[in-house]
Amino acid sequence: MDTFLRYLKEREQERLIKILSFMIYIFRHDDLKEMLDSNKDSLKLEAMKRIVAMIARGKNTSDLFPAVVKNVACKNIEVKKLVYVYLVRYAEEQQDLALLSISTFQRGLKDPNQLIRASALRVLSSIRVTIIVPIMMLAIKEAASDMSPYVRKTAAHAIPKLHSLDPEQKDQLIEVIEKLLADKTTLVAGSVVMAFEEVCPDRIDLIHKNYRKLCNLLIDVEEWGQVVIINMLTRYARTQFLNPNVNESLLEDSSEKAFYASDDEEDEDKKTEAAALAKRKPYVMDPDHRLLLRNTKPLLQSRNAAVVMAVAQLYFHLAPKAEVGIIAKALVRLMRSHSEVQYVVLQNVATMTIKRRGMFEPYLKSFYIRSTDPTQIKILKLEVLTNLANETNISTILREFQTYIKSMDKDFVAASIQAIGRCATNIGEVRDTCLNGLVQLLSNRDELVVAESVVVIKKLLQMQPEQHSDIIKHMAKLIDNIQVPMARASILWLIGEYCEHVPKIAPDVLRKMAKTFTNEEDIVKLQIINLAAKLYLTNSKQTKLLTQYVLNLAKYDQNYDIRDRARFIRQLIVPTDKSGALSKYAKKLFLALKPAPVLESPFKDRDHFQLGSLSHLLNAKAGGYQELPDWPESAPDPSVRNVEVKDSIPDWSKCTSRKDRKEKKVDKPFYSDSEGESGPTESADSESDSGSGSESASASDESGSGSESEESGEETESEDEEEDEEKEKKRKKHLDKTKAKKPAEESAESEQSSGTEDRKRGRKAVKNQKSASESESESESSESEDESEEESEEESESDTDIRKKKTPVSKQPPKQSKKESKKEKQEMSLLDLDDFEPAPTSAPVTPVNFLSSSLVSDLEGLSLTDTILAPTTIAPSGLIKLYELLHRITGEGLAVEYCFSRQPFSPDPNMVAVQIQFTNNTNSETKNLHIKEPRLQSGMRIREFAEIEVLAAGESVTVVMGIDFCDSTQAANFQLCTHTRKFFASIQPPVGELMTPVFLTENDFKKEQGKRTSAHPRFSTPSCSIDCSFSSKRLSFFFFLCSSVSLKFIFNS
Amino acid sequence: MIHSLFLINASGDIFLEKHWKSVVSRSVCDYFFEALERATEPENVPPVIPTPHHYLINVLRHRIYFVAVIQSEVPPLFVIEFLHRVVDTFQDYFGVCTEAAIKDNVVVVYELLEEMLDNGFPLATESNILKELIKPPTILRTVVNTITGSTNVGEQLPTGQLSVVPWRRTGVKYTNNEAYFDVVEEIDAIIDKSGSTITAEIQGVIDACVKLTGMPDLTLSFMNPRLLDDVSFHPCVRFKRWEAERILSFIPPDGNFRLLSYHVSSQNLVAIPVYVKHNISFREGSSQGRFELTLGPKQTMGKAVESVLVSSQLPRGVLNANLNPSQGTYTFDPVTKLLSWDVGKINPQKLPSLKGSMSLQTGASKPDENPTINIQFKIQQLAISGLKVNRLDMYGEKYKPFKGIKYMTKAGKFQVRT
Repeated sequence: MDTFLRYLKEREQERLIKILSFMIYIFRHDDLKEMLDSNKDSLKLEAMKRIVAMIARGKNTSDLFPAVVKNVACKNIEVKKLVYVYLVRYAEEQQDLALLSISTFQRGLKDPNQLIRASALRVLSSIRVTIIVPIMMLAIKEAASDMSPYVRKTAAHAIPKLHSLDPEQKDQLIEVIEKLLADKTTLVAGSVVMAFEEVCPDRIDLIHKNYRKLCNLLIDVEEWGQVVIINMLTRYARTQFLNPNVNESLLEDSSEKAFYASDDEEDEDKKTEAAALAKRKPYVMDPDHRLLLRNTKPLLQSRNAAVVMAVAQLYFHLAPKAEVGIIAKALVRLMRSHSEVQYVVLQNVATMTIKRRGMFEPYLKSFYIRSTDPTQIKILKLEVLTNLANETNISTILREFQTYIKSMDKDFVAASIQAIGRCATNIGEVRDTCLNGLVQLLSNRDELVVAESVVVIKKLLQMQPEQHSDIIKHMAKLIDNIQVPMARASILWLIGEYCEHVPKIAPDVLRKMAKTFTNEEDIVKLQIINLAAKLYLTNSKQTKLLTQYVLNLAKYDQNYDIRDRARFIRQLIVPTDKSGALSKYAKKLFLALKPAPVLESPFKDRDHFQLGSLSHLLNAKAGGYQELPDWPESAPDPSVRNVEVKDSIPDWSKCTSRKDRKEKKVDKPFYSDSEGESGPTESADSESDSGSGSESASASDESGSGSESEESGEETESEDEEEDEEKEKKRKKHLDKTKAKKPAEESAESEQSSGTEDRKRGRKAVKNQKSASESESESESSESEDESEEESEEESESDTDIRKKKTPVSKQPPKQSKKESKKEKQEMSLLDLDDFEPAPTSAPVTPVNFLSSSLVSDLEGLSLTDTILAPTTIAPSGLIKLYELLHRITGEGLAVEYCFSRQPFSPDPNMVAVQIQFTNNTNSETKNLHIKEPRLQSGMRIREFAEIEVLAAGESVTVVMGIDFCDSTQAANFQLCTHTRKFFASIQPPVGELMTPVFLTENDFKKEQGKRTSAHPRFSTPSCSIDCSFSSKRLSFFFFLCSSVSLKFIFNS
Repeated sequence: MIHSLFLINASGDIFLEKHWKSVVSRSVCDYFFEALERATEPENVPPVIPTPHHYLINVLRHRIYFVAVIQSEVPPLFVIEFLHRVVDTFQDYFGVCTEAAIKDNVVVVYELLEEMLDNGFPLATESNILKELIKPPTILRTVVNTITGSTNVGEQLPTGQLSVVPWRRTGVKYTNNEAYFDVVEEIDAIIDKSGSTITAEIQGVIDACVKLTGMPDLTLSFMNPRLLDDVSFHPCVRFKRWEAERILSFIPPDGNFRLLSYHVSSQNLVAIPVYVKHNISFREGSSQGRFELTLGPKQTMGKAVESVLVSSQLPRGVLNANLNPSQGTYTFDPVTKLLSWDVGKINPQKLPSLKGSMSLQTGASKPDENPTINIQFKIQQLAISGLKVNRLDMYGEKYKPFKGIKYMTKAGKFQVRT
């Protein structure tokens, strides 16, 4: 057997050598082409294997494309698969030829075998050829409603592929995603959420109805899907639920030391707590929030580290403080895994330990360092240990650190010394012990150790310099031996700063340093100048000449900074006849009491990135990172997630709901994507609103009543029937108010009224239901019943009709034209309604309608003046690029463009003026254009334009809004609302548009330019930052200002 | 998600590349090579390297770097875990995961990678499913394939992925039905100079090799489940059942898999099975150092301590070591300064020892670092935590399977500081 095998191998090698020589000397791949053209499958397979091997090695085989593509329909499954591999690799380069293969896949899509359908779709969607985008789109849509969940999964996978190929398909793809999100199989869930995250991560509204289902499926989803779903749900929960640590978070800010706070601090805490309690109602966790926490908890037991990490970050970001502790154990378990896993986990643990130290304290020993750990792991463990140190465990930790200092790994030793320094600053009790230990290290043989100790001691001494003049003396002696520049600089700074404590030694050190000045490193030189200046001010008798000598040396130094510093200091300290006003303050400037440095963990504040994310690991925003939103002040309406519960009610409601869903699917083609979706949600919204808002009629209450409505949902339902008449009266009042109110509130009002109408029907339905089975009184049931009621109507009438009938006023402008033509029919439908409902409810509808149209005509004049005014206030200068904010088609007739007008935005100089032009391309008017819910990066601000009351058909309006981009090119996201619709919009500024416009005459400009360019180079040297740690901070700040101003000028030129 | 994968060997050659989206030039690996140069040790390369347009996430296994290229935000653990899964799969398929094995089976590797990721998102990572898709190359099959021209790729597309138990393939048949479980415990410990324990904990795993016909449903119960403090399961284990009854109930995958890994609660005192007496000293001024090491058994419950291996990284100043082992063999690498001593079995009557002298660089001062001693050992038929399997039952199938359970204790990261 063995010999046979060897023979085979040899033969193989011989052949390979032959082929190689062929390839190099005669033609390229000619034999392979021959083999591919042959009739024998074995030859084809052989050829394909070689080709794939070449691809794997990164060799270019694109010239074989025609020969390979021919075999796409080959019967042999392995040949076929290898052809697929080849095709996916090279299709992008040879688009025309790749098209030859498409028909094969199209045939495959129709195959009765689900797995063949799936693989056909998979390859088809992997071919990155733009021409076939429509075919792909069609295939995906078809596959999304395939019988087989496996094919649907493949469809979900194909969505991001198509999106990256042609982002213009986004809207259609979102439609498919929405459909697949409703899928109930675990197979699809992970993949579709993945697609959601890549295509439309901000469309959080698509999740509402699937939220509970996703939570419940989670445990059965494959592990990779779990990670994606958990990460997405973390973001979702942050937008939908209230902060479970509302009360604690206030305390956290006050100080980390809340654990062992002194009495008065506690009193303070109590006060703030009391204030907080007075302000907020007691926190009740949303049951959906609880559901998420409960269903993710078992996944901490997953074997997949990524899943465990995902759950851990979910708990860290979402769970009440008391429950976060459970993740510690699982994370510590991950520390047993591969070193790369350890690395990532430790990074996250380090961040967590800053916020919640108590969590990991029981596992302190798991972070002890072994000599076999890689250095990067050691340093991270050290970080964790330092964060965990407190009064009770500091002695054991320090003992541990002592052994680390003896390690052979010098980088690690340096890090250990720094860690000791940090423990010493954080825990006062051990400061002296640490200091003594570090001083002992000064006599270490390793120079790096000594240098690192010097730097750390310098920081510690700054906290209590009085008691330690002997240490300073000791360090002064060290300067003869230590060569590490940073350590030398530190010592010099110490001597200069505390020269009064060592009055005899300091001048001597200066003398020595003056001798070696020319040979020192730059940072050391700067410190020598500093030392000289300080000594000159305190002890000028002894050091006057030395100082002048040093300054003279510095004057002719090669380095800009040193020359500048010398010049600056000479002016300040040496009294001359024309010395400026500042020299009086020289002593104050140089010998001011400097604040002790705070040794902070590099992991501080990293938790504003979602833990476990790449951005967190790098401490920088990675592309495509979705910001973890802050908790909302008040919870959004929880009833938006209700749909799913309806399904869990086993009886009659189930069948209606199913019918309902089918109906909705049919609905979709009639409307563009988001419209179709907003219809049902809106109705659901208005229903719940009416539930809570019935008592307080104003629409503004809706947002505030989130928590209330949840509790009151059931109550109101039962009250509903009794209060029937009462409400009727209210509605009349309500109506009166509507008439009196300004049209600005009109849309909300009309929505409300349509809502009440809806509810009316719902209530009616409930009544019907009551007669059938008396026990049913849940709010959900009424809702579904309501919808089924609608359907029964829909059967008789056309779809648009029903919508109009439901919301005659708030209806979309494009439909207004139809409305007129169908006026009679509408009247009919209204009459229909009358059959269903008591007369008074239908009454308010028509008057409001009437009212609105009259108001519209009134306001038309107003809006016109607006259009005239806008261009005069900001005349667009020259050619300015117009950007599209909302396309005519996606906006359903409303087109929005914007440009940066490059004019100062007068209300706020920090803001960039953005000129927005709205064009109404429909045949009806659009009302109440305004901006809502801006979602901004921290620091960014928006000044919204005044609401545009009415935009008549065919008209366009220009307004100006201001955005403070905070000098970043991050996009500002917000919603653009009309009276019926909301559109997501985002403005991202090009860098060039972020400048402040400054008007200068040419001469002025040249003058400034001359000044700045000569000054500029020195500010770009990195030593600026070193400056600030040693000398006055104010100075460097001044430099910074200068340099940024000069930068601006340079940009302008 | 994952854009491309590059496999790089120890000498810095890219020997395999695979792209799931558009092709990323292999020049992106230059950033990796830079990082590699900067790192002093091969394992010190940071797992995540940012480059201007991509992020490189790499893992090092079997002296091969698996470098994944990603373009946008993705949880780094997701990629790392996936890469490790790839390595595990290769190991499963080829027995070893070496450069040679991968090069020899490059087509299978490519087919595997194609199935494991779709557009950079994991598709099939369960070894049972993959084995149905692509048959692992065995000697017999290679021969048959060469002669008959048949293929490695399964004609049947996998059914497992569609079932409720995606980890198990359907239609499994064996003539001998057997289920073996190995309870393997590892002791991680740090012992200080004086011999007292600084930290010690026990981590365990239960590895299974199940070859059963049909769709068996197994339950495994323990005598003392309370010992298990923290557990992580193979996805096949029913979590609810564990929570309620502390019983492992599962439909096993076919073949080898890790059923459970666990951590023994830290309240229990950990028995340390070996002790070390050491005396490693350097005298000031002399170029000689003394080295003495004696091992002895301790708390082994009457079982023999086997395959003992002692290794220690000696200080840089040590030029050579001249030692005399009472049993086994020792080696000292003067370049890496790594001393390793293969002891074998510890005989309690005659304790193994290693004594001798070390020569230092002349004139160099006495090194102030102390070497740590790493110890590996095995104890058969003992789970040091005392964990005991109570019984294993099978439901759902008629036949009587052959069952076996084996216990073993090993040293994990067992270090003695001197």
